[in-house]
Amino acid sequence: MSKKETTYSVNQEVIEEKEYSTLNLGPTHPATHGIFQNVLKMDGEIIHEATPTIGYIHRAFEKLAERRPYAQITPITDRLNYCSSPINNMGWYMTVEKLLGAKIPKRAEYHRVIIMELSRIADHIICNSVIGVDTGAMTGFLYIFQWREKIYEIFEEICGARLTTNIGRIGGFDQEWSKKAWDLIDTFLKEYPKGLQEFANLLERNKIFMDRTINCGPISAEMALSYSFVGPNLRAAGVDYDVRVMNPYSSYEDFTFTVPVGTQGDTYDRFMVRQHEMWQSLSIIEQAIKKMPEGAMHADLPDFFLPPKEQVYNNMEALIYHFKIVMGETDIPKGEVYHCVEGGNGELGFYLISDGGRTPFRLHFRRPCFIYYQAYPEMIKGIMLSDAILTMSSMNVIAGELDA
Amino acid sequence: MELLNKVNEKLKEHFHGDIESAELLYDYPVFTIQKDRIHDVLKFLKDDEELNFHFLTDLCGMQTADEKQLGVIYHLHNMPKNYRIRLKTFFDINKPEVATATDLWPAANWMERETYDFFGVRFKGHPNLKRILNVDEMDIFPLRKEYPLEDQSRTDKKDEMFGR
Repeated sequence: MSKKETTYSVNQEVIEEKEYSTLNLGPTHPATHGIFQNVLKMDGEIIHEATPTIGYIHRAFEKLAERRPYAQITPITDRLNYCSSPINNMGWYMTVEKLLGAKIPKRAEYHRVIIMELSRIADHIICNSVIGVDTGAMTGFLYIFQWREKIYEIFEEICGARLTTNIGRIGGFDQEWSKKAWDLIDTFLKEYPKGLQEFANLLERNKIFMDRTINCGPISAEMALSYSFVGPNLRAAGVDYDVRVMNPYSSYEDFTFTVPVGTQGDTYDRFMVRQHEMWQSLSIIEQAIKKMPEGAMHADLPDFFLPPKEQVYNNMEALIYHFKIVMGETDIPKGEVYHCVEGGNGELGFYLISDGGRTPFRLHFRRPCFIYYQAYPEMIKGIMLSDAILTMSSMNVIAGELDA
Repeated sequence: MELLNKVNEKLKEHFHGDIESAELLYDYPVFTIQKDRIHDVLKFLKDDEELNFHFLTDLCGMQTADEKQLGVIYHLHNMPKNYRIRLKTFFDINKPEVATATDLWPAANWMERETYDFFGVRFKGHPNLKRILNVDEMDIFPLRKEYPLEDQSRTDKKDEMFGR
């Protein structure tokens, strides 16, 4: 399919006659890592114009949430950015806790930090190794992906699930983590730096990789801000905005870490920002384990937190609470809150309006992917098709989060 | 509270009478603006040297509880000073029209399309206002309360016994 387009100058004299070809990139193509469709207008191998179509896996999360009790909304958040579902889970719990005015014990918060940083590492492993694959370096991907598996083993030990975790509860955690979970975390902390260093040696100063990624799909800081970029993509453009520092939640203010920033906002910078964030995440986990306070694993919220089984069998009060929670019959106070956490892709926000009933009146997810993916057509204008693929994978666009 | 007063004073000075309410909801100052002036207020807040809300965090729609009005909610952010505010504007559901914010923030483009897709809010001046997540052929606005999630006439699922 091709059509002729003619450009005329003021006096109607033909100055240029170009033939553009139309190329359908996606919706299902191995190179797009997810369901994205872009109709490209190509000038040879150069992209002249791109029109994205999204919504292929739209699952009406916001409408679903209006019929579900609060605890049952957590599995929905799993399926937003499924590469780092625990962060979404924790963000949702914190939103509800903010509405309830609950005070979470430090111990539970530190556990949350460990979980969130582990999933951040898993998220960045996927993104960075896939950048490697798209540049033609399969090796790094094969080596580092086993560490993602180790992280999923930790999740599995803590909550029983691997990908869509539904980890924890509103108020904290259901129980202390098992010794095996701590052993797995210790082994991970001991051995992962070696694996990450190996991956870094393969790519970070690799001449071929650098030639391929530097100046590929750059975005300036001004443009990134006007397109509401957040997270690693914004930091790669040189803006040091991190929700963990700006609006600390879950005791992030107790930890020392640096926020890596780039300068160019190109694929290489996005890659490097994520690389350095993984080192920072490791250090945060180590600090959290070292400073782990004593105390309870959950807040005192009998209306939302399932009572222990012995009490349910022997105590009327506990049985009533158990029934009410399982049936989703507890009412939440009226109010509206916005809470945001630093997800794998940046500021993940939950805007919740409660009318006092058992379900939210309105719940809106601020999904970073959805908002920054609209800059993609502009970022790939005038670059090669293969660079466009690379730009997309370095932006870490996750179809689940994009389409909600 | 401090931020609420600061923004409120500035807004009162320039838009006296167009600010319907100003309150603090949890950690957020919230302002309800008259719908005809929302664009001017957004522009003022963005360009004001001291407040400089340069970042559009979020834009979404909502329907009021009486189902007679629709609303658009803006979350603005000033990163260097870490100011965050929320603006709301409401209008009649039969005439859901409000000025676009795409000329201030390109990021508003898809967020407004999403709001149109789910609530049917028509953003005046939007360059490409069509459905984004749902299919083009859809003829309802699914997040409005008049379209229940499940078929409410079903008789095999009685919820009365649970007090719903």
